[in-house]
Amino acid sequence: MSPMADDIRLTTDVLVLGGGPAGAWAAIAAAESGASVVLADKGRVGTSGATAAANTAVIDVAPDGKSCEHVLKRRLDKGLGLVRPDWVERMVDETHSQLGRLAGWGYAFPTDDRGALYRGSLRGPDYMQILRRRAQKLGVKLLDHSPALDLLVGGDEVVGGRGVGRKGGPWQVRAGAVVVATGGCAFMSKALGTYGLTGDGLLMAAEAGAALSGMEFSGQYGISHVAATVTKNLIYDWATFSDESGRTLEGEDIFELLAEHLPRGPVYAIVDKATPSIQEGLRRGQPNIFLPLDRQGVDPFRQRFPVTLRYEGTVRGVGGLAISKNGATSVPGLYAAGDAASREPVVGAVSGGGGPNSTWAIASGVWAGRSAAAHSAKLGAHAHERRAEPARRDGSLEGGAPAPEDVTAWIGVAQSEMFPLERNFTRDEAAMRGSLDRLGAAWRAIRAAGPASHDARLLRRRREAAAMLAAARWIYASALERRETRGIHRRRDYPQLSPGAPARLEARGLDRVAVESAR
Amino acid sequence: MIELISRDRCIKCDACVEACPDNVFDSRPHEIPVIARLEDCQTCFLCELYCPTDALYVSPLRDDRERVDEAALIARGLLGSYRRALGWRGLKASGTEGDLSHRLAEPDGTPHPQ
Repeated sequence: MSPMADDIRLTTDVLVLGGGPAGAWAAIAAAESGASVVLADKGRVGTSGATAAANTAVIDVAPDGKSCEHVLKRRLDKGLGLVRPDWVERMVDETHSQLGRLAGWGYAFPTDDRGALYRGSLRGPDYMQILRRRAQKLGVKLLDHSPALDLLVGGDEVVGGRGVGRKGGPWQVRAGAVVVATGGCAFMSKALGTYGLTGDGLLMAAEAGAALSGMEFSGQYGISHVAATVTKNLIYDWATFSDESGRTLEGEDIFELLAEHLPRGPVYAIVDKATPSIQEGLRRGQPNIFLPLDRQGVDPFRQRFPVTLRYEGTVRGVGGLAISKNGATSVPGLYAAGDAASREPVVGAVSGGGGPNSTWAIASGVWAGRSAAAHSAKLGAHAHERRAEPARRDGSLEGGAPAPEDVTAWIGVAQSEMFPLERNFTRDEAAMRGSLDRLGAAWRAIRAAGPASHDARLLRRRREAAAMLAAARWIYASALERRETRGIHRRRDYPQLSPGAPARLEARGLDRVAVESAR
Repeated sequence: MIELISRDRCIKCDACVEACPDNVFDSRPHEIPVIARLEDCQTCFLCELYCPTDALYVSPLRDDRERVDEAALIARGLLGSYRRALGWRGLKASGTEGDLSHRLAEPDGTPHPQ
C-alpha cells in the first residue's frame, strides 16, 4: 500500500457503481432529478465496459408508429414467451427521447444515403466520452479506477458502498440509494471489452439479499478470430464457414454451427457475401472489426481465416438482478440497470445482440437513476444517520490475504466450468451437477480464506473470483431447474421447448443457492 | 496485447495510464509510462485510441507475444491506424458523422444486428 494513498469518505444522495452506458445514464438521470451523485468505476468512465471498446446498434423508433409495432412483434417472436410488451414499449419510448438529447451533447449522428439522420448505431468510444462529459457537467463526482468491493447495509436497507482506489486506499460512500450498473459476467474470457465484467455487482447485491432472474439464458458466445479478441458477430452475417478440408459448413444458426464443429477441428470464415457497399459500410462503420485482421495481414473479404467462440456469459446473455419497472431490486435502496439487471422482460430467452441490449442500458439506466434519486429525496436528512455495516460476510477489508496463486486458481475453476462448449453451449444434468460440485468447493474455499491484503490488485481479483464463482453457480443452478431447451439455454437431455407459457426462474443465495419459479 | 510505447513519440502525458480500463500501465515521474501488468491487458485498443501522438501499438493477439519493430509498424501505417479510421483528433472523440453503419441496417431501417 502506498503511503500516499487517499482515504476517501463521501456522502451523497445516489451512489452509482459502474460507469458503462447504463451507469452513466443512471448518474445523468439522477443528477438531472436534483440528486447529488457519486459514480465509482473499476476502470475509467469512458473506456470501461463492453460498449466503449465496441460499437453498438440501438433501437431508434418513434413511439406508436409502425416501426414501433414491428420492433415489438420481433421481440415477442424471438423472446419465446418471456417478453412483456409493456416493458418493450417503455424501453423504446425512453430511448427514443434520450437519443435526441445525445445529439445536443455533441454526438454527431451521420445521415444515411437518402440524407436522413441515422441514430441506429452508436460508436462506443465516442458515445462513452460524451456521456462522461455530460455527467461531469452535471456535477457527478467520478471515482475512476476505484473498484467497489461491497455494499453497506443498515437493517434491510442499502445505505452505501465501499471499495479500493488504484493505490490501495479505501473509499467509502454513504448514500440515500445505490444503483448497481457493473455489467454482466463474461468470466474474463477477453471477449472484446469484457475483461472487467466479472459480475461484481451481482455478488454485492446478492449479499444484501437481492434475487436474480434469467441466469439460465447465458449459453452465449461471440465469434472471434482464433488468436484475437474482437467478438463482433456482425460481419459473419455475410460469411461462409468451412472446415480444414475446405468443405463448406451449412446451418441455420451460425453459433450452433460453430459450436458443433469447433470441438472437432479448426473452422474458417470468409466474408465473401458482402457487396462493395456493405464492405465500405463495415470499414467505415465498424473499423475495430478490422484491427485484428489488417494487423495480421488478412483480407477477410478474399481470404479465409480461423475463428473461434469466446464466452460472453450474461454480458450478451440475459440474466441479472431481477428488477421491477422502476429499476428497483427486491432490496430497499438498491437499484440495478444495464447488463447487471435481468433483461428477461425485453429479450426473453435469447441474446438481444447489440441493439436491444444497448437500448435496455439507456432506458433501464434512466429508470434506475430517477428512482434512486426519488428514494433518496424521500429519506431527506435521515439518510446518512442510518446504521451502516458491510453486507459482505467473508474476509474483511482489514487484514492478511490468500496468496495470489489461490485467487488465480479460483478464477481458473470458474473459467474451466463455464468456457467449454460441451459444458455450457449445450448442457445436461450430469455435467452441470459435476460443475456445481466443483464450483461449490471453490466457493467454500474462498469464503473460508482469511481477510484480504491492502494490495489493490489482489483485493480486486479476489472479489472478482468470488463474483465469478457465484455467477457460475446461479447459472447452472437455474439451468438445472429449466428442464427444456429454450433460446440460449440448450439442454442435450431436454432438447425440446416445453409446451405452454414458460415460468421465470429466480435464483438467490450464496452459500446455499435456491431457484424458484416466479411469474 | 499492448506491445509498444514509442520512446520517440511519447510525450509523457499519461493519457494511456488514465484511459486503460484494466490498469495495465504505471506512470513514472519524468519518464514514459511502463507496461507494468501486461497479463491484465484485454486487447481492447483503447489506450491506442487515447494516445494523442500515435505512440502506442496494441498487437491484436490475445495470448501470444508479438515481436514488434517500430520502423516496420510505421512503414505498414499501423501506428495510429485505429485513430485515423475513427477520425479522432487529439483526445477528443470525432468523426462519427462519417459512420456508414446505416448500410448494415435491414431494408426497413432496423439496425443490425438484433
